[in-house]
Amino acid sequence: MAIADLANPSRFLRFAKRTIPWLGGLAVVVFAFGINQALVAPDDYQQGATVKIMFLHVPGAWLGMLGWAVMTIAALGTLVWRHPLADVTAKAAAPIGAAFTLMCLVTGSLWGRPMWGTYWVWDARLTSVLLLFLLYLGVIALWRTVDDPSRAARATAILTLVGAIDLPIIKFSVDWWNTLHQPASVFRLGAPAIDPSILIPLFIMTAAFTLAFATLLLASMRNEILRRRVRTLRLMQASAVA
Amino acid sequence: MTPLGAILVRDMRIAIRVGGGALMGVLFFLVVVTLVPFALGPDLALLKRIGPAILWLAALLASLLALDRLFAADHEDGSLDLILMGRTPLEIVVAVKGIAHWLTTGLPLIVAAPFIGLFLNLDAKAAAALMLTLLVGTPALTFIGLIGAAIAVTLRRGGLLLAVLVLPLTVPVLIFGVAAANAAVVGPVPFGTPFTILCALTLASLVVGPFAAAAALRQEME
Repeated sequence: MAIADLANPSRFLRFAKRTIPWLGGLAVVVFAFGINQALVAPDDYQQGATVKIMFLHVPGAWLGMLGWAVMTIAALGTLVWRHPLADVTAKAAAPIGAAFTLMCLVTGSLWGRPMWGTYWVWDARLTSVLLLFLLYLGVIALWRTVDDPSRAARATAILTLVGAIDLPIIKFSVDWWNTLHQPASVFRLGAPAIDPSILIPLFIMTAAFTLAFATLLLASMRNEILRRRVRTLRLMQASAVA
Repeated sequence: MTPLGAILVRDMRIAIRVGGGALMGVLFFLVVVTLVPFALGPDLALLKRIGPAILWLAALLASLLALDRLFAADHEDGSLDLILMGRTPLEIVVAVKGIAHWLTTGLPLIVAAPFIGLFLNLDAKAAAALMLTLLVGTPALTFIGLIGAAIAVTLRRGGLLLAVLVLPLTVPVLIFGVAAANAAVVGPVPFGTPFTILCALTLASLVVGPFAAAAALRQEME
């Protein structure tokens, strides 16, 4: 099925209805496996059991950034192709991405307290992720300010594209500045700097959270389409009365 | 007079005359800086150390003040429709409006900064560094603000939302502006390092700002 076919909301709703249970079920299975793997993973020789926070922290960071990337692509879809589903995707992805970014910030803060001795430092990585969170809140605020959905979509699309500048800053902040946060240790030239005994559960947990993200996104998009139908019906009803 | 020159002169006249925001920005700047010693206590050594940061923060807030009227006023009196229908590319018109806004709000701040800096115990060298960083950095604030002003053009309560949307985007400018101003006085990095990054941020915003703002205006006014 091509993306163009999903432009029809009814077709998308059928697609979502078929896909959501499978994706959600798969997420539950992978979570069950991943949590088990994460619990039996060995403790770090320096950090002890606190290293297990990583199994929440890294997926949170990845999905916080993925959420904005999804919104950026959707913004292009809104502005360039006027794809009706793009508006819905962008609107649905914002709160989910914000939630994962918050998860990344909170778990990182809780991890920082025993390891760095402080909940928060103003270094480049932490600050740029906090900015991402603020940008998410700004986008959500803009969605809630403009009452006409398609106008709100175009305004937020431009803000999303401008805000996408933050993504490479987050990614490279640990290389450009000397920060307390460790540099990239999974995706880098040469082998990952993490032992496979921890890396494999991390990958499984990341996959599980990504599946959960996809499930939530589809469900939220379905709700948004239904919400818009309700809005249209109400408008029609109101104009029929008048 | 060319259309662009006419827009520049018109915008500056509107800002300077009664009801305009030109001197309000400087007044706000002065009030914010005056509040700080009340909150922190009149410790001159401390104020000297954090003075550049306070002045930069006050300049950032002051440059936001008049932004929400930048396109909204034109939208209300219909001149924005004329601009959109005109033959001059919208991006350039937006850039000219940004320049007019900077000349009437940014430039007075820079002139006032060394005098207001006296309250914060800044010496001549720090004041000169501050003026130089503000001169380079405040256009970036205006041109990033253009995007927010364009997005909020048709909103009834655009002012508050504008601050929420724009302030996160201005953080890099604030970081490197204050870093350069401090580097000139206390070091340890040479002044040139953060200053060149500040220049780069300004140049980038001069390009990105008008294009994004023009795109937003076109979408909003459809």
